[in-house]
Amino acid sequence: MKVQRCKGTRDLSPEEMSRFRLIEGIFRDCCLKWGYQEVRTPTIEYLHLFTSAGTLTPSMLGKVYSFLDWDGWSGERVVLRPEGTIPVARLYIDTVKKGLAKLCYVVNTFIFEETGKKTRERWQCGVELIGVNTPSSDAELILLALEILKELKLEGVELRLSHAGLIKALLGKLGLSPEEQAQVFDRILDGDRKALARLKSGKTELDSILFPLLSLKGRSAGFLKNLKALSAQSLPEFEPYFDNFIAIVDILEALGCGYQIDIASGAGFEYYTGVIFQFFIGGEKIGGGGRYDDLIPSMGGGDIPASGFALYLDRLMNLVKPEMLAKPLGQAILVRAERAELWKEAFHAAQRLREAGHVAELDLGGQAPASLRWTLDVQGKEPSYLLRDGVKSSQAEASTIEEVITLLEEESGRKDSPA
Amino acid sequence: MAVKIALPKGRLLAKTAALLQTAGWGLDGYHEKARLYRLKCSKFPSLSAKIFHERDIPIQVAIGNYDLGICGLDWVEELLVKYPSSALVKVRDLGYGNGALFVVASRSGGISTLAQVKTRPGIVRIASEYPNLAESFALRNRLSRFSIFPVWGGAEAYPPENAELALVRSQTEAELDKYGMVPVSRVLDYDAFLIANRSSWESKELDNVVASICDSLNKLPAEENSSAEAVMAPGITGEYRKIADDTVRLALPDGHQQAALLKLLDKAGIRMEDYPSATGNRRPKINLEGVTVKVIRPQDMPLQVANGNFDLAITGRDWLLEHLYQFPSSPVKELLDLKQGRVRMVAVVSQTLPAADVYSLRQLAAAREEPFRVASEYVNIADKYARENHLGHYRVIPTWGATEAFLPEDADLLIENTETGQTIARHNLKIIDTLFESTACLIGHARIKSGSKKWERIKAIIETLRAAVEDI
Repeated sequence: MKVQRCKGTRDLSPEEMSRFRLIEGIFRDCCLKWGYQEVRTPTIEYLHLFTSAGTLTPSMLGKVYSFLDWDGWSGERVVLRPEGTIPVARLYIDTVKKGLAKLCYVVNTFIFEETGKKTRERWQCGVELIGVNTPSSDAELILLALEILKELKLEGVELRLSHAGLIKALLGKLGLSPEEQAQVFDRILDGDRKALARLKSGKTELDSILFPLLSLKGRSAGFLKNLKALSAQSLPEFEPYFDNFIAIVDILEALGCGYQIDIASGAGFEYYTGVIFQFFIGGEKIGGGGRYDDLIPSMGGGDIPASGFALYLDRLMNLVKPEMLAKPLGQAILVRAERAELWKEAFHAAQRLREAGHVAELDLGGQAPASLRWTLDVQGKEPSYLLRDGVKSSQAEASTIEEVITLLEEESGRKDSPA
Repeated sequence: MAVKIALPKGRLLAKTAALLQTAGWGLDGYHEKARLYRLKCSKFPSLSAKIFHERDIPIQVAIGNYDLGICGLDWVEELLVKYPSSALVKVRDLGYGNGALFVVASRSGGISTLAQVKTRPGIVRIASEYPNLAESFALRNRLSRFSIFPVWGGAEAYPPENAELALVRSQTEAELDKYGMVPVSRVLDYDAFLIANRSSWESKELDNVVASICDSLNKLPAEENSSAEAVMAPGITGEYRKIADDTVRLALPDGHQQAALLKLLDKAGIRMEDYPSATGNRRPKINLEGVTVKVIRPQDMPLQVANGNFDLAITGRDWLLEHLYQFPSSPVKELLDLKQGRVRMVAVVSQTLPAADVYSLRQLAAAREEPFRVASEYVNIADKYARENHLGHYRVIPTWGATEAFLPEDADLLIENTETGQTIARHNLKIIDTLFESTACLIGHARIKSGSKKWERIKAIIETLRAAVEDI
């Protein structure tokens, strides 16, 4: 019988885990400094949390891992968490209940991917800002995400902005039934860029706004102000969305933050109501988010606005530069006991070396001698210790472990001291 | 090259047999009373055919046990809607066996449109033999909270009191109306289809077989639009009246258990009116005050009692255990052993398999490269048996009857019930283990408030039946 990894899953190697932890660490540090608190929701939730209108698109719902668990006699299904925001909204309703909550999390999500070539379990770093709906709160999330990417020393980050309120208002203008509107919106969110462009109202004044809005890509608040002026007469109901969008963009501009406005690129979740933002590096999407003021009300949590974003850990892992990866502090030493009676001394010696900030491994057999720079032989007779340097091919004797530590410190001191 | 085809039992058998006869296949023994499931074909000596329950056919073709199959599109879609990457090709619409799947409500239940379903507060319960299509319907229509009751049959009897909706087969909307059903949505129109395994279709020469089927299609007499099967039970006529809270809701089985059960009820002084029913009536009358009766499949009873749709039900211990193995926290329990309909649940293998007991079976399973295949109507009992006997890398293949036909080529082990063991012997199979004995039993909900009027009535029924059982 062959041992197999489940289709559509991946293992993380030690090298990949060090990338994972680096990103997670920087993400957490940044969030904590901005006043966010870390939470974690369970892997299993009820399916009905995700099925109500305005939560997940039908195409995503068709790919969730849902099943009847041991309690499933009522016929109600549970799911492996398909996305991060809705469970956090549930957590807010469950335990925070009201007021401002600034929450962040690192969780895995499960979505079926048919070929099994891409992973079906994905990791994301998410942030939710619940209880405020000012333009400055949307700007804060965008700036926080950009800061995290900057701390990760990632270059060439592109920010694309869209606005779900504007898209929905447009769809409302096209004479579609509510069901058709929902379908087109779902298609846009599922990444079908042409879904909006295919629609034509037949009314000239509407098309003259529609087309620039859909096809132009603006890089300043001026672009939005122009469109707003153009639509002011014929489409006054668009005004609040333009105002909201302009206010957010104004803050980003004042802070010198570059962006591109691309209305048709609103990929994301059905629950978005306001600004939608996405981050790209080299054409690949590495994260995104948006405002979702109707989600918590629709879940029965009262009139609570919210917005948030997620960064895709799996994609960032491939982009992090190797030099970013943390190297262990101190020296790496392989500790060897000459004879069986010397194990006790060997373990003690290794313990002292670790306390002094080094990495100390016992020689259990099987280690390649060259994998660690230093080897320490515990000899059980004077001189008690023999320290070998694999790089310089030199060796030194010591009668106590403290002497060994001093020898190592001299070596580190030489290497690290400025020339 | 040998070609394998899976042919349907049941509703499509007569038409399919006529088609293949027109095509000159010369199949031996493909008729309603077929006792053996493997057929030889004189026209194509290299072709082997096997008879399956229709619902098993798409699965058997998709997993590659058969190159070709004939079954209704309804069962094909039931598989594909949940497993879209299944290796199935829909080759040809055969034009007969047509019908449609409808999501229906009861005329007396106050639901007649999809909009009413969507805006309704609370859980929407949907009963169906097609649980995957029912789930897809619920997701597509954004029902925010729903439960699917997968049932073995009689789904139309569930609305209005035991489910809001049912997904059922029907020929026409007029027929639904006749049975007191309101169509809320037409989900699928189906015919019999010729299907193929994708890899067989891409690489094997099936052309002669496929051509002979297709060429004979237009030689068949035109499909007359009459329903061969009485698919529905008569619905409730007039307004559905909510029953009083202290009424005991009793579920009685349809099918072959009825005769023996009737004898027991008679002995207990319980008289039934229109049970068993010649018209398929599922709501017979009973001479006990404060008790209502509904007739459903015994397989479906434990789940329905667990969900509070019934207070009491008479089913087999096999189906109770099947339910409890899947849902250990279920509130259903056995109240009384009725000591009739005795069968054994057994583990069965082919005579040719060198295994005399489950221990040697374990060694066989461990030595194999490919997964061990366990076929059963009782998937949870089979799963528990395979798990607890450490059959290693195994797969449970759900079946819908005629399970003996799966051995030896399409499964390695069967878990099924037997009364005398004769059917098993006739198919050249042997019993290597007995899991448990099953008899008919009275089951109930563990959390009925004691001391209530309902509880008193339930107690009285248990005692009446107990006396009758002891008297036999």
